[in-house]
Amino acid sequence: MAEIVTEKLCHTYSAGTPFEQTAIKDVSLRIPQGQFAAVIGHTGSGKSTFIQHLNALLQPSSGRVLLDGQDINRDKFSRRDVKWKVGLVFQYPEYQLFEETVYRDIAFGPANMRLGKEEIDERVREAAAFTGVEEALFERSPLELSGGQKRRIAIAGVIAMRPEILILDEPTAGLDPAGCAQILENIRNYREKSGATVLIVSHSMDDVARLAERIIVFDRGCVAMDGTPEEVFTHASALGEIGLSIPKAAQLACALKKQGVPLPDGIFTHERLLRELLAVKEGRVC
Amino acid sequence: MLKDITLGQYFPGDTVVHRLDPRTKILLVVVYIVALFQAEGWIGYALVTLVTLLCTALSRIRLRSMFKGVRPMLFIIALTALLNIFYTTGTPIRPGWIVTWEGLARAVQMMLRIVLLISGTFLLTYTTSPIALTDGLELLLNPLKKLRVPVHEMTIMMSMALRFIPTLISETDKIMSAQKARGADFETGSLTRRAKALLPILVPLFVSAFKRADELAVAMESRCYHGGEGRTRMKQLRMERRDCIALILGGIFLALMIALKSLCL
Repeated sequence: MAEIVTEKLCHTYSAGTPFEQTAIKDVSLRIPQGQFAAVIGHTGSGKSTFIQHLNALLQPSSGRVLLDGQDINRDKFSRRDVKWKVGLVFQYPEYQLFEETVYRDIAFGPANMRLGKEEIDERVREAAAFTGVEEALFERSPLELSGGQKRRIAIAGVIAMRPEILILDEPTAGLDPAGCAQILENIRNYREKSGATVLIVSHSMDDVARLAERIIVFDRGCVAMDGTPEEVFTHASALGEIGLSIPKAAQLACALKKQGVPLPDGIFTHERLLRELLAVKEGRVC
Repeated sequence: MLKDITLGQYFPGDTVVHRLDPRTKILLVVVYIVALFQAEGWIGYALVTLVTLLCTALSRIRLRSMFKGVRPMLFIIALTALLNIFYTTGTPIRPGWIVTWEGLARAVQMMLRIVLLISGTFLLTYTTSPIALTDGLELLLNPLKKLRVPVHEMTIMMSMALRFIPTLISETDKIMSAQKARGADFETGSLTRRAKALLPILVPLFVSAFKRADELAVAMESRCYHGGEGRTRMKQLRMERRDCIALILGGIFLALMIALKSLCL
């Protein structure tokens, strides 16, 4: 079981100096176990600050973060232990690789948990399998691999801790389309097999529409919208005002409807659009 | 936490001190340091303190920022004071004590000297942008080019180093957070354990620093950078009347301090 709840979370950087800046204010959210949620928002809207609160890397200026009903900031030990339960993959995680071999880098997290050697070995192999890192790479240096491989190794390093909640900050940034698709597939795979909650920060509305069950929209440090993709993406103009857009498929569906093509509401993914268009075409033929 | 470092920080502004030519300011700091070391006796220290406060007020830099610059040196300042208290001979405060009146006075003066030294140099970096500073330094050191000293190369290295301090600090912060998220522990354990714990930060930091240096070199070359030969400046430095006045005032100040010293002796 792992349910994460934030209560009136606020965070102010450099409090008490001329550089004071409120990053998030009054964020109250409940993310139930097993949910696949996406956090979207403009640059500087407080997304990254928010997710760093969820594993106690940042302490709130006021408010609480509860994991299964318990405050994660209650003492030093809970602040450390929450990092095993809530795995956080940073933006461009390949820059954190440091070990001599891929194997040892993936094992860094579990080794910090003081697990036994066999347990570590099992977790490393499991995490590598989830992220598609072949065992042939285990003895290579992570620094000589390609960008996409490095990224998957870094994600494996977090998955090896078997987090119940996996948070990823823009896991696909800067990758080619094939690399993006593969990483997202790996994440979905991990969620299905482990039943973990997944929280993903993304700028790609197309990915978000296809994967997430719930979308949380941040704007200037507050939660501006919160709902299913259908609910959020129907507010195209409101999203536009805070510098976001709706998925490309939804834009195209909208344009086609204006041209008089009879399409239903609530099309956000390429796959669904394709199906509906085929249905319309068949209908005409008949 | 790492963001608190004020080294080389520049507070933009539009005061007389900000507008002075960087060459003038560098020269004045040299004059100031020489003058500070001429200070002998309370009158001398009072005069330097007064001048420092006056310059700070003119530059509208808040005293609090000044103290922030001094803070990292507090340990050295305290140590100097302690040593002076105990190792100066003279009349004891009470019969039989090691602590002497002369020692106390020296300790206060030494502390004052270090604080003033730091404040004076910080006033320069607080009011001068790094680019102006290195430009000024290059022009001042120009005569050394005749002696085949690579002045331009040295100053461009300095400005790049200054430019990358904030970048590296934020990079370190990021890597540290990422490793903490994987359960790395930097705060507990013995000294060797803690030194070992730094490895996961240092390796990625070096890798990215080298990569950055490489990219910067390529970027500079692709814009045809070829060293200082025949290079012109966007901002031409020009000495104004205020620079003359400032330099004359600085000269008077130095003369006054030397005169005071010879009076004391």
